[in-house]
Amino acid sequence: MNDITLTREEREAKLEGLGCRRKRVEDIRFTQGKGNYVDDLKLPGMLHGDFVRSPYAHARIKSINKDAALKVPGVLAVLTAEDLKGVNLAWMPTLAGDVQMVLADGKVLFQGQEVAFVVATDRYAADDGVVAVDVEYEALPVLIDPFKALEPDAPVLREDIKDKMDGAHGPRRHPNHIFEWTVGDKELTDAAFSKAEVAIKELISYQRVHPSPLETCQCVCSFDKIKGELTIWGTFQAPHVIRTVVALIAKLPEQKIHVISPDIGGGFGNKVGAYPGYICAAVASIVTGKPVKWVEDRIENLTATSFARDYHMTAEIAATKEGKVTALRVHVLADHGAFDACADPSKWPAGFFNIVTGSYDFPTAYVSVDGIYTNKAPGGVAYRCSFRVTEAAYCIERAMDILAQKLGMDPAELRMKNFIKPEQFPYHSALGWEYDSGDYQTALNKALETVKYEDLRKEQAAKREAFRRGETREIMGVGVCFFTEIVGAGPSKNCDILGIAMFDSCEIRLHPTGAGIARMGTKSQGQGHETTYAQIIASEIGIPAEDITVEEGNTDTAPYGLGTYGSRSTPVAGAAIATAARKIKAKAQMIAAYRLEVHEDDLEWDVDGFRVKGLPEKFMSMKDICWAAYNSVPPGMEPGLEAVSYYDPPNMTYPFGAYVCVMDIDVDTGVYKVRRFYALDDCGTRINPMIIEGQVHGGLTEAFAIAMGQEIRYDETGNVLTGSFMDFFLPTAMETPHWETDYTVTPSPHHPIGAKGVGESPNVGGVPAFSNAVNDAFSFLGSTHIQMPHDFWRNWQAAKRLGVTG
Amino acid sequence: MIPGPFEYHRPTTIADAVKLLCDFGDDARPLAGGHSLIPMMKLRLATPSHLIDLQALEALKGIRREAESIVIGPMTTQHELLSSQIISKSLPILHEAALVIADPQVRYRGTIGGNIANGDPGNDMPALMMTLDATYRLVGTDETREVSVRDYYQGAYFTALEPGEIMTAITIPVPPVGHGYAYEKLKRKIGDYATAAAAVILTMSDGKVATCSIGLTNLSETALLAEDAAQLVIGTALDDATLKKASAAAEAIMSPAADGRGPVEYRKHVGGVMVARALKRAASVAV
Repeated sequence: MNDITLTREEREAKLEGLGCRRKRVEDIRFTQGKGNYVDDLKLPGMLHGDFVRSPYAHARIKSINKDAALKVPGVLAVLTAEDLKGVNLAWMPTLAGDVQMVLADGKVLFQGQEVAFVVATDRYAADDGVVAVDVEYEALPVLIDPFKALEPDAPVLREDIKDKMDGAHGPRRHPNHIFEWTVGDKELTDAAFSKAEVAIKELISYQRVHPSPLETCQCVCSFDKIKGELTIWGTFQAPHVIRTVVALIAKLPEQKIHVISPDIGGGFGNKVGAYPGYICAAVASIVTGKPVKWVEDRIENLTATSFARDYHMTAEIAATKEGKVTALRVHVLADHGAFDACADPSKWPAGFFNIVTGSYDFPTAYVSVDGIYTNKAPGGVAYRCSFRVTEAAYCIERAMDILAQKLGMDPAELRMKNFIKPEQFPYHSALGWEYDSGDYQTALNKALETVKYEDLRKEQAAKREAFRRGETREIMGVGVCFFTEIVGAGPSKNCDILGIAMFDSCEIRLHPTGAGIARMGTKSQGQGHETTYAQIIASEIGIPAEDITVEEGNTDTAPYGLGTYGSRSTPVAGAAIATAARKIKAKAQMIAAYRLEVHEDDLEWDVDGFRVKGLPEKFMSMKDICWAAYNSVPPGMEPGLEAVSYYDPPNMTYPFGAYVCVMDIDVDTGVYKVRRFYALDDCGTRINPMIIEGQVHGGLTEAFAIAMGQEIRYDETGNVLTGSFMDFFLPTAMETPHWETDYTVTPSPHHPIGAKGVGESPNVGGVPAFSNAVNDAFSFLGSTHIQMPHDFWRNWQAAKRLGVTG
Repeated sequence: MIPGPFEYHRPTTIADAVKLLCDFGDDARPLAGGHSLIPMMKLRLATPSHLIDLQALEALKGIRREAESIVIGPMTTQHELLSSQIISKSLPILHEAALVIADPQVRYRGTIGGNIANGDPGNDMPALMMTLDATYRLVGTDETREVSVRDYYQGAYFTALEPGEIMTAITIPVPPVGHGYAYEKLKRKIGDYATAAAAVILTMSDGKVATCSIGLTNLSETALLAEDAAQLVIGTALDDATLKKASAAAEAIMSPAADGRGPVEYRKHVGGVMVARALKRAASVAV
């Protein structure tokens, strides 16, 4: 019942709807160690699988001898490619239109590649079995440097397709070439460059990194021989897609496949793809008739499941002497590793890299991307970013700084001068996107004022003089970044995965007592969906958020959805929630009108129920409407109160932000100190400011890690040198800087509640902010660009190259 | 990251522990805090058939003063070192160094013996022991030996400890009251081994260095004693030119490996920087 003693504000507060700093409901179980993860699952008779992996980056397999392994107590089976061929599963399709070996078929193409799958009664026996499998290899020449991939005498990696010169994305011009993808107007761009007053050109590399969620990739597969049904519990960011992939490649009826994603300990793009472990565990369960668990260890996660980036971008900007940009030209050499297993929408082999014009009004632009094979692990996932968006943002934000340096202009001023103006939205970019909304000037001005930008530049000038006089060994950098993201994939007209449009879905069912459940096609890996989705419903239909359960991850109960990655949950599923809620509200209005004995049009919505216009005492709360929906609906109306929405977004959303990083670097050791980091984000309507801040903190921490130290490094023979957290930089609380967050609000005009998504903005904007700070620190010594990661020794090396240290 | 099969033993006397180690020879490894050996076993880089856990040997624990020395039981944890009044009063450099070893969780379990006994060049305590001129007591079936730390480390994971021997005590002469000390460690992050680190113990007299010893961590196959560098600063007021010479002398004996911490050139350079910084800071706290 509506409590009439409460004020309107109190009733609104009780809902904990949009804008409320509602505490995360999932944290009650997480902070008490009561989460339920894949590895918590223990089924009767469950077996354990583990991989024999290749020590070589490129080698022919002469033989595999299982005899000794099969004698290890507890070992039940050893699967190889030959065994999988019997069920036509030695290879599997990738999301990018390539095929990938499940188990090494004749040769291995990267260190850590899966060669055989040992199944045993416990995890220890499985590993003992792995050690006992005898594989004879014949080493082959190794290709690690992507710049050598297309040389005429480069070793041919993919013998399976060496003569197939038409790839999934057009013609290939070398056996190691995957695709060339171009966008924009080449002629117009070339012409702009030929008459440019000022131009810059720089090779800007974004190193190979890894999402490294704390929970690695894992699954339990259980095949019921009697029913012919396969149940898979797994760390899947997109459970429905996994179900469809399994149906297509295992030729099982889709209704007999049950995919369940329980609680997930971080994904960051690592858990979008399908990995050999899933296939092998499923086959092993079908063969043995018992549940089979596969849990990747840390080394396997870092070396074999999907990496991110490895983009080598040659960026050119043409401009006038006054600093007005006239053209952008970018060529990318994209190292995809041994198989093209990028997790991009199917028609986008380079993701949405054509957002590379950023926040600036480029009259023309041209981009070409060459994807190539090397002897490295496959992947190329969107590590806390929309598809290839962080690469694009890094490229343009570094290039703008380099242009500013060449023009002798302040980098913030150059950005301000070239921004897309508020009145230009919706803005059609030279590379084909329609930006929905933005107010860049306001955001950057707010950022510059807050950090007292002019004072920082004055301090920097003074410090540089002091450095020149030998009074200090520290140099100071101010990194400015203004990014525009493209998230919320995506409209069916241009986005699909394996032919399935990238809509998302929500099913809301309200119960008689005024509570309810919302089931979603997305899957949280820590984003807090159970909290925020309920807030949208609360504001839409006046049911308190705490009375709504949000459920995700079970393909039997959740409506079909494309999952959670690329900041798509709020832009797409969040819209589905609002539209489903509005369907409920429309029915509720009819019920209320019937019960209040007025015409529907005489009702108005008031926080948590309908009120008769002009008669404030005639009110029916949503809670009462729920009850009525189950016993006294208008004649001819079906009882119940539920709705489903499959939302196909009309456009992407374009969050943006202004970040400033202030850093000091000791030239004698290369040690840096992040003195200040300010992040202003505009993600449109803010659902839960506390969760936004948490997302920004996490994304900035990953950005810090990437810019300042993360790298999956190989030696020239293809050995992975960064296979553990000893060498792969994962910052702790001790290394992580303090974050200051701020915001402006520019709602998306096409999203039902105006929200744009935020989870990945801080990673997209953070990396260039850090890198620009380092580069800015060194710029007065004559440096234009220093490649990431900016770890201590590389900073020192830069200082040494510039002649200011030892 | 799953270890192979092994037998677990938990002797309660030093004699039993020594006997087990003798009986099983190369197939056995003693286990202290487990922060070096267990990860190696999980990677199957170490595959001992017998693990001799020293946790139950009470005689190997504790910190006490004996005349002009501090005697530390090798099974004393880093956390116990940090909590010890004796250490913070008489060997403050050990307190400082223990604080930069890994993180609190590791320090609760990790022991000083585990840190120094197996000759891991990445560990911090060996260079400290060299700087402080410690002596290790090694007990075998037939004899008990006192070995100077300066004779103990022979190469990466090679030490004077013979199969069948256990380290039972670490004896450290107490430096003079008012000595200066510093441990400068450059590392990539909490929990990492040093990219380069330098330990300095010195005494000052009339503004000049009277005595000095310098130890280096993770800059060679073993911890190093930078004797030439220490000799160079004696009698000086640690002016910039002297510090430069001392750094150069220390760098001359360094031979670090190139790894994720940086190329050889960088690690030597920052090794020199750590020496200069440790000298300056040590002098500033000396009275």
